[in-house]
Amino acid sequence: MSVSGVIARQFDRATLIAFACVIVLLLIGAMVEPAFLSPKYLIQQLHTASFLGVVASGVMLVILLGHIDLSIPWTIGVGGMMATGATGFLGPEWGVTLAVPFGVLCGALIGTVNGLGVAYLRAPAMIFTLGMNAVAQGLMVYHTGGFAPQDRATEFMRELAVGHFIPGIPNPLLIWIILGAAIVFMLNRSVLGRRIYAVGNQERSVFLSGVDTRKVILACFIFSGACAALTGVLLAGWANRSYQAMGDPYLLPTIAAIILGGTNVLGGRGKYVGTVAGVILITILQSMLSVVQPQRYFAQLGVDIPADTFRQVVFGVVIIGMLLIYGRQQLVR
Amino acid sequence: MTVSSEPADLVSRQKYFGWVGRLSAAQRGILIAMLIFASMFIVYGWKQAAGLTPNMINTAANKGALLALVAMAQTLPVITRGLDLSVGATFVLANCLASTIVVDGPIATTFGIFGVLLLGLACGAVNGLIIVYGRLQPLIATLATSAVYFGIALAVRPQPGGSVNFELADFMTRSSFAIPHSVLLLLAVVVFIWIPYRRSVLGRAAFAIGSSEQAAYMSGIPINRAKMLAYTLSGLLASIGGILLTALTYSGAAKMSIANEYTLNSIGAVVIGGTSLFGGVGSAVGSIFGAFVMRTVGDLLIVFDINPVLQPLFVGVVLLVAVSLGSLRVLRIKNRLDIYR
Repeated sequence: MSVSGVIARQFDRATLIAFACVIVLLLIGAMVEPAFLSPKYLIQQLHTASFLGVVASGVMLVILLGHIDLSIPWTIGVGGMMATGATGFLGPEWGVTLAVPFGVLCGALIGTVNGLGVAYLRAPAMIFTLGMNAVAQGLMVYHTGGFAPQDRATEFMRELAVGHFIPGIPNPLLIWIILGAAIVFMLNRSVLGRRIYAVGNQERSVFLSGVDTRKVILACFIFSGACAALTGVLLAGWANRSYQAMGDPYLLPTIAAIILGGTNVLGGRGKYVGTVAGVILITILQSMLSVVQPQRYFAQLGVDIPADTFRQVVFGVVIIGMLLIYGRQQLVR
Repeated sequence: MTVSSEPADLVSRQKYFGWVGRLSAAQRGILIAMLIFASMFIVYGWKQAAGLTPNMINTAANKGALLALVAMAQTLPVITRGLDLSVGATFVLANCLASTIVVDGPIATTFGIFGVLLLGLACGAVNGLIIVYGRLQPLIATLATSAVYFGIALAVRPQPGGSVNFELADFMTRSSFAIPHSVLLLLAVVVFIWIPYRRSVLGRAAFAIGSSEQAAYMSGIPINRAKMLAYTLSGLLASIGGILLTALTYSGAAKMSIANEYTLNSIGAVVIGGTSLFGGVGSAVGSIFGAFVMRTVGDLLIVFDINPVLQPLFVGVVLLVAVSLGSLRVLRIKNRLDIYR
């Protein structure tokens, strides 16, 4: 197949609708505030989006398998807090050098437990990862409660989150691009990618074809944990410190971005480009709501409604509305 | 007694010794949850220096009943092989609204209670409409509606506060003859909502849908109406929980952490109570005991002098152990192919 065919195949209907929505949102934004279309603003949005993009990359693979990872909020927390607190475990010298890999490794460990539970114990992924989320939370609370750990980001973490290795492209965006390219290649051109889609469609058949499907599931959960922890590391560098609930605002946007990008929640279908579209869409939407500030119009009418209300309600309504357009399931027949 | 009934009597008496084996899966689940709760509560009472005073039992019952109501709300969709991640948000929304309208005199209070219950029904019905007629996945649909409900809760009560009819709140949370009224409330919900639902056509249909939606459809079962009812009742139960929370705290607060905690713990309680997350098997009664088990974990930490901030860790471990125990069937499966769906 030609190269253009391969690229065209990545854009399914959901992806195109999501990208169209991004453009419409930007145009509406530009009418209110012309600076919306400036390259500076767009790069800044992509910079913010890359945090969501990295965590969504991992969770997408898990959703493609037909499972779900609800442990991401506190895996993000673990990634950030372990990276900043690495000196407490590895000593002052190694703790600074190995802070980033240590944080990612801790996230991968959580992913490993998730994967073992789901793949080998056959526990329902939803409840098992929810339980792991609580365990990770408990461990982190213990970590901060027992002895005051280091919560400052290292120089390297700050550089990773806000620096520009290539001029004009923020480092997190660069990381997201590299990660995304690797995933697109893996999903389309490697045996593992084929197996991920196949397991999501029917695990039984894949098992009968002589594939140890449990290893595929385990690998995806480990990857998901590592990606979430990497996001935590980047967020810690971005905010210059780590804190307990740093991952809490990421669960709903992550899942929403993946589903809006056309990935089937039941697994087996979905393109990575769709996830990219979903991530950008969610980020722009959140940014629009904080720029437009609808609560001001209501305050003029004498109704005092907190800003968060609009963020939550619009968010939920947009997700449901878009899914009603293209995310509906088949009728049972 | 006629002669012909004797052999059957004999058979049943022989079977009597294996009565545990003759229980349905849901009944076994209730029994296990009950035993876990009883043993945990005995340890709790035994470790308490003051022993089990009626006051303590009342406090424990109130806390447990809160989660039990939310867990029962979670049970209904789970039986249809669905899920309701918005129970926590509905619970918080009901709490915020109740702290605003369940106030003043008896008449206003009565209308207020009906208002909150109607709100719960409406939240559940919206979930049902989106899932049944919008044909969206329950997981993502209720995740999205939970954001909407929480947003509305914030609009109702931007700052924690409010009040509640004192007589009602006091009545709902005290005991008479050492029986906490919150337990009576749970009993009333079981007798007047759960049992009639379980025996109704649509309630049975919910179980059939959970076992196999395809087969249920082929048998002419009213799938859409059964699912609608399950989600709507779920909203109602969550709003009853919200009223009880208002009675306990005398105020309302729109906190995301409360909504998340109750949603998470409700799923845990449902699983411990013997309801299958794969649908078709389960009971709201089991979820009550599951909820009390989850709550007693926290109480046990206190009597064993373990730092209460570690509670999430232990709740998480209890959850993991509960699902892993459920996974022991993997070891019993003879044909390895049956492991894979």
